[in-house]
Amino acid sequence: MNTLPTLLPEATSAGGYLLVLALVLPFVGVLAALTLGGRHARAVAMLALPLGLVLSLAIVVEAVRSGQTLVYLLGGWAPPLGIALRADGLSAVMLLTTAVILLAVACFAHADFAAPAAGGEARRPFMFWTLLLAMWGSLNTVFLAGDLFTLYVALELLGFAGVPLVCLEERPETLQAALRYLLFALIGSVLYMLGAVLLYGAYGTLDIARLATLVRPEPAAFAAAALMTVGLLAKTALFPLHLWLPPAHAGAPAAASAVLSALTVKGSFFLVIRLWLDVMPGIVTPAAGQLLAACGAAAIFVGNVVALRQKRLKLLIAYSTVAQIGYLFLMFPLAAGLSALQLPTAPAVTGGMLQAISHATAKAAMFMGAGLIYSTLGHDRIADLRGVGRQLPMTMLAFALGGVALIGLPPSGGFMAKWLLLAAALTTGQWWWVVVLVLGGLLTSFYVFIVLVRAMAAVDVPLTPKIVVPRHREAVVLALAGLSFLLGCVALLPLDVVQIGRPALLPAGLQ
Amino acid sequence: MNMALLFDGSLIVLILAVAVWTMAVRNSFAAVIGYATYGLLLALAWVRLAAVDAALTEAAIGGGLTSVLLIRAVVRLRSSESAARAETPGRVSRLLAAVLAGSVTAALALVVLTLPEPAPTLAPQVAANIASTSLGNAVTGVLLSFRAIDTLLEAVVLVFALIAVWTLTPDPLWGGRPGPRYELDENGMLAYLARLLPPLGIVVAVYVLWVGADLPGGKFQAGTLLAAMWLLAIMAGLVEAPPISQRWLRGALVLGTVVFLAIGFAGVPLAGAFLAYPEGHAKPLIIAIEAASMLSIALTLGLLVLGPPERGA
Repeated sequence: MNTLPTLLPEATSAGGYLLVLALVLPFVGVLAALTLGGRHARAVAMLALPLGLVLSLAIVVEAVRSGQTLVYLLGGWAPPLGIALRADGLSAVMLLTTAVILLAVACFAHADFAAPAAGGEARRPFMFWTLLLAMWGSLNTVFLAGDLFTLYVALELLGFAGVPLVCLEERPETLQAALRYLLFALIGSVLYMLGAVLLYGAYGTLDIARLATLVRPEPAAFAAAALMTVGLLAKTALFPLHLWLPPAHAGAPAAASAVLSALTVKGSFFLVIRLWLDVMPGIVTPAAGQLLAACGAAAIFVGNVVALRQKRLKLLIAYSTVAQIGYLFLMFPLAAGLSALQLPTAPAVTGGMLQAISHATAKAAMFMGAGLIYSTLGHDRIADLRGVGRQLPMTMLAFALGGVALIGLPPSGGFMAKWLLLAAALTTGQWWWVVVLVLGGLLTSFYVFIVLVRAMAAVDVPLTPKIVVPRHREAVVLALAGLSFLLGCVALLPLDVVQIGRPALLPAGLQ
Repeated sequence: MNMALLFDGSLIVLILAVAVWTMAVRNSFAAVIGYATYGLLLALAWVRLAAVDAALTEAAIGGGLTSVLLIRAVVRLRSSESAARAETPGRVSRLLAAVLAGSVTAALALVVLTLPEPAPTLAPQVAANIASTSLGNAVTGVLLSFRAIDTLLEAVVLVFALIAVWTLTPDPLWGGRPGPRYELDENGMLAYLARLLPPLGIVVAVYVLWVGADLPGGKFQAGTLLAAMWLLAIMAGLVEAPPISQRWLRGALVLGTVVFLAIGFAGVPLAGAFLAYPEGHAKPLIIAIEAASMLSIALTLGLLVLGPPERGA
């Protein structure tokens, strides 16, 4: 009974300590914010986030320099007995994206969540800054952990950081949205856990790299894949498990919506990629890949059509997230198709990741922009946006740039992502996904233009803003939107960072 | 048929029967009692599976603290229970849910039968390396040495959960005391128990923590016991729940994690890796982490049961 795999023993790599720091820093921030009290929570976050950005940059640089996955063996114990932190290209770019977006959100929210001038601690600012750090730590754990149980803990962390962000405003409907989100998140965790238990029962290890060499097409592995995938889809809000997302994301304060929509759902999506491409590529069937992408296609149509019918801007943006999540899942049958032709899977995987990053930056900008519009007008009814373009020119420009990225026009990141996916679909002869990509872009352009046309409409009397929005808050939104607009330029880089540490071809199975 | 098989068979039937009854019964209070019984029976099942650590935790959390939490929820929901009952989903959706849950369970049962026998396990590797920690209890070795990061992160999960509960505080009451004010009845049974049990409970908790190094037990079981004693004293009206803005309270909440992190980082220069223990000093360091964590866990669990602040400091 020798099922222990015979992989080369791993060792901590040169820059491995960076992974520990990236993992621990946000949690130290949470503990410090909690102990020092609400008056210092914001300062702690504003100190930790730039540090985290430098750390994630260092990890990207180190991964590019070495051209390999960075590894750190915790406690000096090698898997399967111990647990390894690993950062391949996929993890590195997600760490960097998260740090950039969270820093932008923090700059945006700086004024909204100030501690009370009278002294003492207030609930909203204390919660916001603590939860922002908590969300950051949870995401970093998702990106770095190399073990299925550590990832389960990371999913729990992600849920407990996300749910309270939804009900920061004390209204019955946000509480209801938060509760629904909690139920989906918990059911998702239980299903994931059941799958992980089955895998340990069948193969005696929870380490991702080891499982990849051990998993065979048999009932336990299929059941585990199905349970874990469904659990993660519930957390990612892929159609038809998306019902919790719109009220949750639309009811939160703008800065919180930006984090939830841009980053939180990407955490569980990241684990779907890990599971399908890294843990069990050998057993996932082509039909399963098509089914996953079919759910994605349904999400694109339903999300976009329902977004078009929304009367409130924040709900429109939330439904747009439902649609954009759909695009993420088109990569699975395309990667499988490329692999079947003995071609590198890079276009599909990089395309999917670019879509995730492009949507993250664009959507964060759009939610924050919607927040500024709300504070200026005192409402976010789409029918009554007239005149807001003159009042908030930078915000509306940001909304337009973000919209361009969502639609997928050049030179945005969305364009590059869809271009890669389109090319992969054509190469592999899966023309039906081309139809989905093109029609989805068309539907998206409708609602982006509706909002822009309304906001840009000329007014005889300039409207009087409820609150005058400081320019620097608009600038943050514009900077993030500009990033998503120019993200397509990564195609000019000499190296595809996402592919560091990935095999060019998938093992047989997902073909 | 031997006795063990008879016992196990009866236990399984009993667990299933209590589970079905808990779901079927219409009265919420009765359902909570059913759930607590279910937790205790599960703890027995863990004992039969020779997982005494899991059994202790299941009994303390599943049978103990969760029941207190649920009973308080039932009392609070009593006024709106009839309204909630009117919102019960229809027969069709309940039937669909039952079919879905039933088929997932059946599929899982079939899959479990296909798992290899004997099960592949890391137990031999744990046994081969446990000597480096000088611990006798393999579970403690896994939790605090081989898979220490999971235990560290689980402690953070508890803190996150408490923060999530505190989000529900009404703004004006932020910084106030959680839970209602319990009146002390000097001659009541509760006050008598709350004076009698905690000294015993504290001794047992410290014992459970201490033996955790070599026998089943440890910080989580000990912390749960301490939390139960603390809650008993609060609910009897002997002590007041502390205001959540107190600096000492915040410090005590993070103490376990801070000690864990500090010893973990000390491992970098002293033992060559984060979360590694220097040769020969593993056991005292692990006990230090466990002792600090026990206090933090006890406080966190107690505050989780008490809920968000309901009155001023």
